[in-house]
Amino acid sequence: MMHLDCPWCGYRNVSEFGYLGELRERPDPATTTREEWRAYLYLRRNPAGRLEEGWYHRAGCRRYFEAVRDTTDNTVSETRPPTRHPDGHDEGEHATAGDLDVTSVSV
Amino acid sequence: MSRQATHMRLPVQPGERIDRSRPVSFRFNNRPYTGYAGDTIASALAANGVKVFTRSFKYHRPRGILTAGWLDPNLMVQVGDEPNVRAGHREISEGADVHSQDIWPSLRFDAKSVNSAIGRFLAPGFYYKTFIKPQPLWPAYESVLKRFVHSGSIDLSTPRVEHDKTYAHPDVVVAGGGPAGMASATAAARSGARVLLVEDEPELGGHWLWSGPAKQEDLVRLREDALTTPGIEVLTNSVVIARYDDNWLGVIVRSQDGSERLVKVRAKTLVAAPGLVERPYVFEGNDLPGVMLMTGARRLVNRYAVRPGTRAVVLTANAHGDAGVEDLRRAGVAIEAVVDPRKGDRVVRALGRGRLERVELSTGQVVEADLLVTAVGWTAPTSLLNMAGDRPVYCPEAARFFPSQLPDDVLATGGIAGDGDDRELLEHATATGREAARRAHNRLVALASRVPTLPDGAEPPTRDDSEIEIPDLPRGPHLELFRSSTHGFVDFSEDVSSKDLHSAVREGYDSAELAKRYTTATMGPLQGKLETINAVAVIAEANSATIAETGTTVWRPPYAPTTLGALAGRALDPTRYSPLQPWHEAHGARPLVAGAWIRPEHYGDPEAEVRAVRRGVGIIDVTPIGKLHLQGRDVPALLEQMYVNRWQRLGVGRVRYGAMCADDGVVIDDGVTGRLDEERYLMSTTSGGAAAVWEWVEELLQTSHPEWDVTCTPVTTSYASINVAGPRSRELLARLADVDLSPDGFGYMNVRTGTVAGVPDVVLWRIGFTGELSFELHIPAGYGLHVWEELMRAGSDLGVRAFGVEAQRVLRLEKGHLIVGQDTDGLTQAFSAGLGWAVKLDKPDFSGAPELRWQKASGAVSSLVSLQPVDPAVVPPEASQIIGPRSEILGRVTSSRHSPTLGRSICLAQVLTEHAAPDSTLRVLQPDGSVVEARVCPELAHVDPEGERARA
Repeated sequence: MMHLDCPWCGYRNVSEFGYLGELRERPDPATTTREEWRAYLYLRRNPAGRLEEGWYHRAGCRRYFEAVRDTTDNTVSETRPPTRHPDGHDEGEHATAGDLDVTSVSV
Repeated sequence: MSRQATHMRLPVQPGERIDRSRPVSFRFNNRPYTGYAGDTIASALAANGVKVFTRSFKYHRPRGILTAGWLDPNLMVQVGDEPNVRAGHREISEGADVHSQDIWPSLRFDAKSVNSAIGRFLAPGFYYKTFIKPQPLWPAYESVLKRFVHSGSIDLSTPRVEHDKTYAHPDVVVAGGGPAGMASATAAARSGARVLLVEDEPELGGHWLWSGPAKQEDLVRLREDALTTPGIEVLTNSVVIARYDDNWLGVIVRSQDGSERLVKVRAKTLVAAPGLVERPYVFEGNDLPGVMLMTGARRLVNRYAVRPGTRAVVLTANAHGDAGVEDLRRAGVAIEAVVDPRKGDRVVRALGRGRLERVELSTGQVVEADLLVTAVGWTAPTSLLNMAGDRPVYCPEAARFFPSQLPDDVLATGGIAGDGDDRELLEHATATGREAARRAHNRLVALASRVPTLPDGAEPPTRDDSEIEIPDLPRGPHLELFRSSTHGFVDFSEDVSSKDLHSAVREGYDSAELAKRYTTATMGPLQGKLETINAVAVIAEANSATIAETGTTVWRPPYAPTTLGALAGRALDPTRYSPLQPWHEAHGARPLVAGAWIRPEHYGDPEAEVRAVRRGVGIIDVTPIGKLHLQGRDVPALLEQMYVNRWQRLGVGRVRYGAMCADDGVVIDDGVTGRLDEERYLMSTTSGGAAAVWEWVEELLQTSHPEWDVTCTPVTTSYASINVAGPRSRELLARLADVDLSPDGFGYMNVRTGTVAGVPDVVLWRIGFTGELSFELHIPAGYGLHVWEELMRAGSDLGVRAFGVEAQRVLRLEKGHLIVGQDTDGLTQAFSAGLGWAVKLDKPDFSGAPELRWQKASGAVSSLVSLQPVDPAVVPPEASQIIGPRSEILGRVTSSRHSPTLGRSICLAQVLTEHAAPDSTLRVLQPDGSVVEARVCPELAHVDPEGERARA
């Protein structure tokens, strides 16, 4: 079981955390298309390597945060408050429908 | 079997484990035997001249001692009610009742050994190929074949025990208590680390325990250091079974009574020092009783003072084998021949009926012997390194695999790191221990830097960057000795021969991973520790490839077989009770498990409870309903985002029903939210959804909308919640509440706060899941029982009755109210849940908005409808399918009950919309195969579709 560095509590067993998956931008619901929306709902980049993802310290401080993890070896190079959090910063790479090949997905 | 026997016991040997002052009596296959305290089952029996211990798995060949240790594949026995005991590891205890496994009717005459006669026809995949067709006969084949599967028998009356787990947080874990492990642990502890030293034998020492008199002095000194250096905890009879990310380790502590305990360890660094496992040699007859590995022979002589045979042939290709020859001579074994592959000699085959009688050598000579001891080389048990992500590489000069790239927090020492003399190995181990301690210290510094506070005046620890240089160990030389010119067994526990591997490769299973699975080589109880290298070597040979090209299979957890009880441990899930539980228990409530909660299902007569609510008044404990207190200026914005319906204009004192959908439009929760005053709201959720909705609120507030002024407090258990329902509920409540309950003063879908039965700050909601006039009270939890008892007392003349979850389910079904998760599933979008009326698509945004827009435009594929079976006495089981004329599935019954109010059966169902028109007749296929007809009702509500009762 890996350790995860909560920005507020420090290193804790990953079993204390909830996993939200890779960070992604919610399309504008007023203008979105089915293709774009369903890419947001169901498609993930799932890279072998650097991934920005959301976590929730469920059995701890109950705060949401972001982690940058290498999916090939579980090395977490950074954890930080949510990028839209007042304490946070906004320079994340978020998956958008444009990153994904949606043509092969029936929507 | 001869009972000449006891003279296989030698005079006192230096460093022997047995205590000759304490004889121990036990039984093996119903015959009495005596050994000494400290004897394993195997050594005690060997001292008594026993040669055959078990029959093999597939061919039921007689088998004797091979390694005399934990790994011995031929020594799995039943002890009392405990199957699969390793007789080479388990020590004898007074009165133990030991049986061979896998023999019927007796060890000497095994009826199943007919398999052996036809052995050449039992090719790999034999069972699959032969018995899989015709398919309908498989159950019959299976029942016969099951009797051929090995393992002992389980006594189902064995009392239930709970295996506790413990946790440990050492700096350094050393896996393996041999010379290298002991030296490493001592060095790490002397560098200031807290060390856990784990050894699977009953005592520390590793191969020095059976290496004869020459090592005794060094062994005593190293062991003394490991046992007395402060900071080392020693676990013997224990094994590190797994290594996961960030050195999360599983350690199994075995006790000699067979029970096991799991220690979950978070180590800062791991030193893997498992030593080496001696490799068998593959030749014809290599499984005959009397053929054993040199480690087995030396264990018997030096640990247990047992002479392993009388006339021996020794095949030795290394110093350990050479030393073993001396051990055997000292034990009085006549050495008939020493075969040295370093000089080009080999053993060709072993001959004998049921036990070794003769050995044929590559010189053509045939030697009479009852013991053939082989010392051809070593396997590195790199399991823990594999689990740390390492892919060990093969070194032909040393004929084994070595670590290649270890993560920073894992080190290796001892035999898996290299060869070398004792001094070189101990220097390597000592440096490794010091380096492990240094890395553990730096890990501690990293951890401490993330802890926000230090004790007053404490200096934060600082890094130690002076890396300890670990000397290189030489590798080899060891011969690549795997198979002689004949074929023999590669995997003794699965009865897989080198011939089987060759034929698997011929059939196309040419990679190690495929051939392994096809033949089951390395997949038995030993999991490859004895046989991996031979298997890989034979596969390589069959492919005309090198071992490096063939590669090894990947070792995965657990390193050693582990009982399920040790892994299961205790159930630690909490159970939740409402504060009214004592009353429920005192009044005959039948408990119902509802998620984490125990709730009253009913109090004996759910139909009477339904009638009481419809005709008079009933009260139900609804404490598990999720409750969130929301406060702040922007609560309406939050509600607008979470619910599909509109919230901006909810007035103070008003309550509204709302449904929540995820962004895929699927209904995930519902409930009511009331506005208590200008900026204070109380939200209710389903019982099961309470935690998820809370987390969703927090996610919205912490990530997408940190600008919103909303504070959320979960208050589910701060309140005891009671619903007072029925036409006389107002009358009852008026006797206790200081709130104006009149229809004008407290209308339907309103909220009030007031005093009830003397308890202030009770929140009252006028809502009605049951379809009756009803008031839901949220009472400060400590006073819940008081208010409940007051309601029962004050309503006794009204016939007030407690009702449970079952009555409430019937009442809501009569009213056509859905339960999220029962009448919907993980694909049910709002328009399929009968909630289209609530969805306000003109809102700028809410969760699931685009999907629901599209669902409305294209029409819901499935719809929630009420059904009434044509035969009112038939109550179709929930989940019965609704089928069309060609038996195609059109939907399913989601809720179904007998309605005491209507005197007939009623249902809710999900049906394809094209078949859901009112007054359609549908066919319901019940699980027993019968089909009944049911009519689609015009409204969801079976009772009071106009809703006049709730609004009364």
